[in-house]
Amino acid sequence: MGQYEFNTYETAWCPGCGNLGILSSLKNTLEELDLNPQDVLVVGGIGQAAKMPQYIRTNSFCGLHGRGESAAVAAKIANQKLTVILHTGDGDGYGEGGNHFIHNLRRNIDIAHFIHNNQVYGLTKGQASPTADEGAVTGVQVDGSINIPFNPLLMAIAGGAGFVARSFSGRPQHLEEMMKRAILFKGYAMVDILQPCVSFNKVNTFSWYNKRVYELDDSHDAGNRLLAMERAMEFGERIPIGVLYEKEQPTYHEKHRSLREGQILAMRRNDLALVDKYMQEMI
Amino acid sequence: MYNLLIGGAAGQGVDTTAAILERLIKQSGCGVFTMRDLMSRIRGGHNFSRIRFGAGAPRCHSESLDGIIALNEETIAIHRENLRPGGFILCDSAIKTDDEFAIKLDMAAIAQELGNARVAGSVAVGAALKLFGIPMSTEEAYSIFRKSVKEEHVDINVKAAQAGYNAVPQKFEHTAGEASDQMLVSGNQTLAMGALTAGVQFYSAYPMSPSTSIMEYLAAKSGEAGIVVEQAEDEIAGINMALGASYAGARAMTGTSGGGFSLKVEALGFAGMAELPLVVANVQRPGPSTGLPTRTEQSDLKFVISASQGEIPRMVIALRHHEDAFYQTVRAFNMAEKYQIPVILLSDQYLADSTATIPVLDPRRIALYQPEEGPAGDYARYRFTENGISPRKLPGMSKDLVAADSDEHDEYGHIAEGSEMRTRMMNKRMGKMALLEEELLEPEVLGDSAPEVLLLGWGSMYGPLEEAVELLNQKGGKRYGALVFGDIWPLPQKLLKKMAPSAKHLIHVEQNYTGQLAALISEVTGIKTDAGILRYDGRQLSGEEIADRIAKEGF
Ligand SMILES: Cc1ncc(C[n+]2csc(CCOP(=O)(O)OP(=O)(O)O)c2C)c(N)n1
Repeated sequence: MGQYEFNTYETAWCPGCGNLGILSSLKNTLEELDLNPQDVLVVGGIGQAAKMPQYIRTNSFCGLHGRGESAAVAAKIANQKLTVILHTGDGDGYGEGGNHFIHNLRRNIDIAHFIHNNQVYGLTKGQASPTADEGAVTGVQVDGSINIPFNPLLMAIAGGAGFVARSFSGRPQHLEEMMKRAILFKGYAMVDILQPCVSFNKVNTFSWYNKRVYELDDSHDAGNRLLAMERAMEFGERIPIGVLYEKEQPTYHEKHRSLREGQILAMRRNDLALVDKYMQEMI
Repeated sequence: MYNLLIGGAAGQGVDTTAAILERLIKQSGCGVFTMRDLMSRIRGGHNFSRIRFGAGAPRCHSESLDGIIALNEETIAIHRENLRPGGFILCDSAIKTDDEFAIKLDMAAIAQELGNARVAGSVAVGAALKLFGIPMSTEEAYSIFRKSVKEEHVDINVKAAQAGYNAVPQKFEHTAGEASDQMLVSGNQTLAMGALTAGVQFYSAYPMSPSTSIMEYLAAKSGEAGIVVEQAEDEIAGINMALGASYAGARAMTGTSGGGFSLKVEALGFAGMAELPLVVANVQRPGPSTGLPTRTEQSDLKFVISASQGEIPRMVIALRHHEDAFYQTVRAFNMAEKYQIPVILLSDQYLADSTATIPVLDPRRIALYQPEEGPAGDYARYRFTENGISPRKLPGMSKDLVAADSDEHDEYGHIAEGSEMRTRMMNKRMGKMALLEEELLEPEVLGDSAPEVLLLGWGSMYGPLEEAVELLNQKGGKRYGALVFGDIWPLPQKLLKKMAPSAKHLIHVEQNYTGQLAALISEVTGIKTDAGILRYDGRQLSGEEIADRIAKEGF
């Protein structure tokens, strides 16, 4: 453990909620990485999962439903010294923020994105989320969801992400390992974290997940995109957890003329002599 | 003052021809105002530009024409009725017309002879200059063509212009002014220059006419200036990215037109709630829905002053003319940062796309706001203070932790639902408006300062109103004046309350159907207007039209 304390606060989550485990794993990971709270920014959108920034002692940004994804990457653009960690639910991240999710894959900005995937909308009391199983019965999907479940890992690999992993809130050691690797990874790194919702999802429970998940071992070649996609399509009786795909590639910051030398935009002003020159160009 | 129209189909180079002509005219010393009327298509349709110029400084367009450059027959059919007797229609000999004022020139043949049929437009440029008696030095021609065409085509274009120049006789007398060392810029360009001056570091937006050229200008300068311009996946991302960057301490801005602004509304409220400085440009076009994408209107005023669920402190500045767009944009960044609020710049297609000659802008005139250091000790991002402004710190810049929260929150940015905290936080945020109101800029008075007929307008109606009042006062008889609002929310009231009681008639002049400024004035001050001069066909009122309509209605 490092020298810094990432104290956590009393939460508004249900007893037994998977979020509690994710919070303590995040705290352990940050301490283990010996990060300084002032250098860490935790961003969330809206939802139970997205309340994460409220509960940990770091800089915090609680944005709008689905839009934490946009704010997080821009904060990293403005100050690349910040370690930016984005927490969203599956509704927040893949539903309302689905468009931002897709385009963040393409941007490859160096943030870690942890998605608490409980296959349900928790905060609004139990409607189907994009990852809900076909047939899931809710107060809105009264005859069972008729839509095909969204496959976030397949999407992420196809969309260009360099680090794509899955973990389970019920396996803290595994989760901390995934969080650590995602934070250390250079570029956009996503971890889809399976998480039981004790109040609104009576099907995908702790034991439901626990029975199905298996840890990927050395036999999986995480550098192979096609094999990774194949793994990503495995979801049902057996669910792989671990790093499905990992490949470093140039980041947004490395490619951007205004950022590639480590420039910080925060507090910066522009050179007025340049503006004078631009005025002259118009004469 | 002369007025020249260049018209043709989209794809025929109307815009390029106009851009070269206006520069050459400006270089001869004339003040210039060019209005662009473009159709929302890439090929076909009818596009035109009207270049108004003279020794003075034209502030708006005029309908009546001294010359027409017709790149196709349709141009003649549409605009002939506006040609003053004694004017000219310059066209290629292939164009069928037996108009008495037509000057036919073998432009295509001349171009062909020079070796490139595509330089016919430059033949017209040279001919038009000669007709107006405007001198064209070889040196000047080279330097201007160099700015608009590829290096290998400069020579042939200059030769084409010279051939055109020599092919026609002079028709009008040229009187030069002092504009040759002024800038010739569009409203979106001065806005973008204002943003650069203010220190914008991050601009994220989704393309939408007529706002896109702000992003294009900033993008062109971004490498050299060291800033980031990000084309977002949609307008919602555009504003939320700007807010993320602002939170982290970069001066940030987003821009769009009404449709995109509609998508940004939730985040606008978030900026107010989280007290994040933000500048948002809404370059209006006619709505509702997709409306008329490339035309002008002033119909988003009531929308932007109230956009957002709930209530937030905000400021709205309507941009009046090219210089104003620059200085008010600089000021908008300062106000946003000082009060930690969203500031909306309300422009429109007329101002955004038109170009005008203006004195060189002074990037040092407005000092950039320097945030005050807060007291040392325990830090709370939303600390209650006397004036409601909490000292703002930036994440990662000190040991203090910085929060931003879209839920109602306590001083530390933690979710709070209690009645007392909610009330205090609302009072804190909305209370900032009282201080802001003390720094509002009163509307500008044009014409008579104690008029019998007081015209009320805002934003880009500045130029047309300036001319209208001048024309009306020249007639003798009644005294006319106008108040043109720049700061418009909160509404500055002092001058209005002073001038309204002594005026016999109050008339609002706006580019919308319902008279939104009149309604706002009535709501805030109880002052009611007697009549409105309105237009909502996507075309800007000219000063002449306003004066005519005022006279016709007997005011
Ligand atoms: C614009 C908007 N639409 C809807 C909501 C209501 N809402 C809040 S959270 C949420 C879904 C939450 O689901 P998820 O992201 O999966 O998070 P969970 O609560 O399950 O952790 C919804 C629909 C909102 N706050 N804002």
